[in-house]
Amino acid sequence: MATVFKKPHALTDKPLHYCPGCTHGIVHRLVAEVLDEMGIEGETIGVAPVGCSVFAYDYFNCDVIQAPHGRAPAVATGVKRARPDRFVFTYQGDGDLAAIGTNETVHVGTRGENITVIFINNAIYGMTGGQMAPTTLPGQVTQTSPYGRNVATQGYPIRVCEMLATLDGVAYAERVAIDGVPGIMNAKKAIRKAFETQKAGKGLSFVEVLSTCPTNWGMTPKDAIKWLKENMESYYPLGCYKDKE
Amino acid sequence: MNKVTFKTDLCKGCGLCEEACPKKIVKLNPDKLNAKGYNVAEVSDEDMAKCIACAMCARMCPDCVITVEKN
Repeated sequence: MATVFKKPHALTDKPLHYCPGCTHGIVHRLVAEVLDEMGIEGETIGVAPVGCSVFAYDYFNCDVIQAPHGRAPAVATGVKRARPDRFVFTYQGDGDLAAIGTNETVHVGTRGENITVIFINNAIYGMTGGQMAPTTLPGQVTQTSPYGRNVATQGYPIRVCEMLATLDGVAYAERVAIDGVPGIMNAKKAIRKAFETQKAGKGLSFVEVLSTCPTNWGMTPKDAIKWLKENMESYYPLGCYKDKE
Repeated sequence: MNKVTFKTDLCKGCGLCEEACPKKIVKLNPDKLNAKGYNVAEVSDEDMAKCIACAMCARMCPDCVITVEKN
């Protein structure tokens, strides 16, 4: 009997603490599969954020540091400069990367640090209970925008991928979505490409993953995937925004 | 016969595997709860013969519950 699919080695056996249907687990697995396939689990250092994925150090078999809120790219910069022979990645949500950590995110791009950033965009603050995030869609109802996000008072969502693609230090920027199995396969390809970009020493590699938050969106996991497809993908178009030769 | 095994202790009954299965043989069992209190996903013995080992269920599962073997 040939095994078609099993848990990758780079993931630990610890049960994930995420809510039912949360796509964090899928993206964790994709990163782990890439580490397995490239054979770099033992030479990779991850940096975890503050947010739902704060416990990422429990789930990856490689070394992981947990950074202060929003500062994962700054910590990763230090790690990479001290150990340029290691693969370094950050794994951050939208509250961490696009709100409190916007400064670090932009400047890690301008400096062209040779690290990989995995950005989970689910258009809401997950861990704190579903407040409006910088990535919340216009009209989207959250705990702090009960009548829907009003762009007149609360501004427009940030398209981080497009913004970073304008920076010369960014080598690779792509947006993918966990909207079904084909989307998952694409996301894995993008994550692999990001690590290959780092291997080639080209500069910052950035993958934005559109994800669901069934609990805080107030939907079943199946409906959340559908909502992502119908609402998020039109505001956040999928595709590769930068791929430096 | 192909074989799909579930680590049912880890299952959170989200049902994404049900949706992903092209043969519609992965189903949440309404009569079976795991220690966490979720209705777990499974493939019945008679349905297992219809499995094509595409691993769509396993790729969709957020909790690495599923292992797929092809014979």
